Order: sequence, then structure tokens, then C-alpha cells
Amino acid sequence: MKPEVLSKLEILAESAKYDVSCASSGVTRNKTAGGIGNTAGWGICHSFTEDGRCVSLLKIMLTNYCIYDCAYCINRRSNDLKRATFSVDELVELTIGFYRRNYIEGLFLSSGVINTPDYTMERLVRVAKELRVTHRFNGYIHLKSIPGASEELVHEAGLYADRLSVNIEIATEKNLKLLAPEKDHESVFKPMQFIQQGMIENAELRKNAPKLRKFAPAGQSTQLIIGATDENDKAILLTSDMLYNKPGMKRVYYSGYVPVNTYDQRLPALKQPPLVRENRLYQADWLMRFYGFNVNEIVDDRFPNLDLEIDPKLSWALRHPGQFPVDVNTADYSMLLRVPGIGVKSAKTIVMARRFTKLRTYDLKKIGIVMKKAQYFITCLELPIRTVHETSPEYVRKVLTEKKATKKAVDPSQLTLVFPE
Amino acid sequence: MIIFHYDKSFEGLLSVVFDAYLRRSFPEQLLAFNEPEPLFTVTSHTVYTESEKTERVWKSLEKKVEKNTLNMISYAWLSELPGADELIYRYICKTFDSPYSIETNFADKDVLQLRQLAQKVSKEKHRMIEFIRFQKTADDTYFAPIHPDYNVIPLIVTHFKNRYADQEWIIYDTGRNYGMHFNTRKLTEVSFTDTSLFPDGKINEELLADNEQLYQQLWKKYFKAITIKERINPKLHRQHLPKRYWKYLTEKG
Repeated sequence: MKPEVLSKLEILAESAKYDVSCASSGVTRNKTAGGIGNTAGWGICHSFTEDGRCVSLLKIMLTNYCIYDCAYCINRRSNDLKRATFSVDELVELTIGFYRRNYIEGLFLSSGVINTPDYTMERLVRVAKELRVTHRFNGYIHLKSIPGASEELVHEAGLYADRLSVNIEIATEKNLKLLAPEKDHESVFKPMQFIQQGMIENAELRKNAPKLRKFAPAGQSTQLIIGATDENDKAILLTSDMLYNKPGMKRVYYSGYVPVNTYDQRLPALKQPPLVRENRLYQADWLMRFYGFNVNEIVDDRFPNLDLEIDPKLSWALRHPGQFPVDVNTADYSMLLRVPGIGVKSAKTIVMARRFTKLRTYDLKKIGIVMKKAQYFITCLELPIRTVHETSPEYVRKVLTEKKATKKAVDPSQLTLVFPE
Repeated sequence: MIIFHYDKSFEGLLSVVFDAYLRRSFPEQLLAFNEPEPLFTVTSHTVYTESEKTERVWKSLEKKVEKNTLNMISYAWLSELPGADELIYRYICKTFDSPYSIETNFADKDVLQLRQLAQKVSKEKHRMIEFIRFQKTADDTYFAPIHPDYNVIPLIVTHFKNRYADQEWIIYDTGRNYGMHFNTRKLTEVSFTDTSLFPDGKINEELLADNEQLYQQLWKKYFKAITIKERINPKLHRQHLPKRYWKYLTEKG
């Protein structure tokens, strides 16, 4: 390993960091004789960056040269930044070296588009093939599928990679055209369809030949950028709902737009990325995937945007006080899940524990229910004190959004010193 | 008060259960052999660990509870917390006394506590699987010093045995001063008398393999480069990556 890899690694990691996906779950692969590593099935985060995100894979670009000029992207061709390209051998050696030291679960390889989409895709596939076939690497491989790549290459990629992803980036085609005139939704949805078809065909073939290599066993994922364009949350959530209804779509990631190309007039001037909105979208995403909510219950024409002050579940509960209070000792599991302050784990625990005895407030607290929120929406063995009916949705909202007084009161007349970096 | 003395081993604890049912006297406190007894001791009994007793108790437990619960009991034991033995003892007795399974009766104090303790240990196990960092030494052994809150080495070695089946490695608990060595075929327990070879979790430079420092540097560079500066959130960072682990993390060291 040559020392110049050091500067390449820095440049290409900087270029890759805005892609939020870094999951390593969804596939279990045992060790093989003469091979390296295995895949655990559950995601393993090996570290956390200072922005609080999990580092599970070596998230890196093969190259950050790009022929496209997308307004939201740091690597657009009109940006003046350091560019670099890894050779296949360097990348393979780096991945295995990191893997053996327990730094990573595997590789997440993306790339800027050079020459043509097929030319780029072919090089990505070569890295995956080198790792899987020559080095018998059993760790996780996530490959980005380049928009516009041919079906044959996507198909080959699926045979070596665990997960494939194509980023939609912008939820509506109109806005995508505005920011990235060289792209359209078709070039994104095409490779998605290829991946989907590949998985379905492969499943069919494996019925007769179970030893056949699985095609993208961890499915596919995608990413939407939030806050770079004027879509409301309804448009975004409807897009992700449509995506989740397709077979094999495991995750839709939401990435709050980090103002990277501030000079571009097409982009909004943001002081900082819309982190709260991003968080609310993830919460809504979880409600759709694990809590049995329909997308129309979370956002509709009357409320096209998520409430930034309170989470979407509480927001739904306050809009539907008629559904509450819920008796934790008799209610269905599906209804328990809808109570603010009760998560999947505590709902399951309640269902198990109430077979033995009627639960009280004390038991619920011990089990781990957030009573601060839940108290307004449940009854248990004791009589309810104040539910959302005795008070009112407005009152509950007010109590739950009140900020705790900070310990050190700041004198408002005191000017603050600002230290620029 | 009824007191039992035993050797503070897991086998010993199972023998305690056996003796309690044999004598029909159920202790309220479990002490080590030489621990002084409290003032109001009524009867005290010393338990001798015997494999027949242990096996009988474990076998009847296997019949009564699910495999998952047996795991929980061993996890709780590995927490090595004071009082964990008495908790496990009470849990086992409750299991035997009840005509039906009590495993999910979370309104019961002991049942919930045992689960929560086991979850804590399990969390520490996962953190070790995540945060162990191997340093390659000159003789091609990958060495990882750790200092977990609970004694989790027995729980994590299988994971590493499967993952790094073709490399020689040692995972060493610097707090409990023992470790496991894997020579690509089998695991053996090791204990170093001279821990000055790896002060503060860093192996002395002259013992490292040629390109080890380059790899550590690469990893540090990568870790820094992947951070989005506009989103820095120290509180979230520390919540996911508590400070007590930083000492042994290459990227934070």
C-alpha cells in the first residue's frame, strides 16, 4: 500500500460523505473455507462520526470526476475541487485491510460518471467482482447503480453486491429537471426496475437451483434530498410510499440538503441543513413501515407538511382524539402501537405481560413507556387522571412542547460574541 | 435470616438452588465463603459445588424455560454485578415454583430486572463487536485490547472466530486481565503478566507490523473526512460512542 493512497482516500471520502445510506443489514452469509469474513445479518456500526452518523461500511467513491453538472452535488463538473481516482487494486487492498482490523463491515462504492454510464458501471462491477471472486470476500458490498447503465451491467452487479441503490434525489421530475437538466426520472427508475426484475427472475431460478448465487440479497435502497427544492412533505412521503410498495425496496433515505454550492441561484439560501424536518420525515417513514400507518393518515391535503414541533404520531393522535383513551389491558396490539409514547418493543412487552396481571401505571413506567406522552392517551388499572378528553388536544400540545427553562438564564441585553471558524 | 455460603461461581449458584430445595430452606442472602454474616443470621449453610447438582438444576431449567431465557440467565451472570447472583437465584426459584411459565410476566420485579440486566450485558456485547480494533503485530497476530463494563469476552469470541477464521487474533480484557487467543483452529485462554507492552491500549511501535501505522493513519483520515461539518452534533456523537470507549478506538485515540 503506497502512502499516496492517503490523500486519495481523503478526497474521495469527502466526496462520498453526502450519501447518507450506510446500512449493512439484511443478509447473512457464513464464512467459507479459504474466504475472508462473513455477514452478520443485523447491521453493525463500527463507529460514529462527529455528526452522529453510523460508520458501517467504507463509503467511498471510485472517482469524483463527473460529466454531469447537478446543482445539488458537490462533485458537479463546474466545481473547482481536488479530483482523484482509485485503481481497482488499491480499493480492494484498502477494503480488506480495514475489514481485517474490524474497522468496517464492507464496502459502499459509488462513483462520479466518467465517459458514459456504462463505462463507469463496468468499473464499479469490476471492483465487486475482484473482491468476491479473486479474494473470496464474504463481507458486505453495496454498489451504486449508475443512472443510465445497461441492464446487463446492473444484472452483473447484482450477482456480486448485497445491495444496489439508485438515488432519486429529487422527488418530482419537474424539480429534478430544474436542478439537473441532464437527468430525468426515467434514467433513475429504469435501473430500479432492472434490479427489481433481476431479483424476481433470480428468485424464480433459485426454486429449481437453490445453490445459485442470490441476486442483491439485501434488496435496494434510494435517497431523497430534502429542502433543496420546494416539494412539500406530502409529495416526498407519497414518493417513498410508492417506492416501498415495490418488491425489494428496503430503505428510502432522506438527506437534509447541506448547502454545498451556495453560488447557484437555483438553490435556496439555507443557513443550515433542515435537520428537524429530516428527522420528522424519518419518523413518518418508521410509522409507515413498522407502525401500520397509511401515508394518507400522516399527511393529507389539509396538513401537507409534517409538524416540526411534535412528532407525526403525536400529531396524528391530537388530530384524532376520538380514538383515545386506549385501555392498555385490553386494546389490540395495532392500537397500542398508535399510542404516543409506546413503541414497538413496549407494545410487545405489554401484550406479553398483561396475560399474567392487569398492568398499572407503575408497571408501565418500569416496562419503559414514555408516560409523559402516553398518560393523555391511555387508561390502565387505575382511573385515568387527565386524558386528552378531560383536557384538550391544544392543552396536551402546549404541555408537551413547552421548553424546560435552561439552567443558566442568559441576560437578553447581553451581546454575544461570535467566533467565526 | 437464612444465609448460604458458596464459591461465587455459576456452577456454585446452581448448587445453591439444589441445596435450597433439598433442605427446604430458602436463603435470603448469598455470601462468599469468607464473607462475614449479618447480625441476625438464623441459619447458615455452606454449599459445596458438585457437578451432579449443577447438571440436575440446569437440566430441569432447560425443560421449564426457553433457550432464550437460559441465555438471559448466563448474560445476567456475566454482568458480575453485586446482587446479580441473588436475582438469578430468585428467578430460578420462581420458575420452579410456578406451574406455568413466568418468562414474560414483566409486572414481576425479578422477571423484569433479569431481562433488563441481560439486555445491558447484551448491549455491551454488541458494542464490543462494533468497537474492537485490531492492531496487526510483527508476527502477524491481530491484537485487540478492550475493557468492557461486563465480562463479555465469552459472548463475543464466536462472532470473531467465524468472521476472522483465517487470521490469528487475540482479544484481551485489560481490566479483568485475561484474553482469548485464536490460532485459526481453536481458542485458548491467555493471560499476560507484562502488560507494559500495550500501555493505554496502544501496542509499542516496535512490535507492530510494517504497514500497521499506515492503516491506522488511513482510518483516522477516513474517519475525519467522512464527517459532515455542517451537521456536527457532539451530544449525539457521545450518545452513540460513549467516551469510555474512546481509549481503545483507533480513530479517537
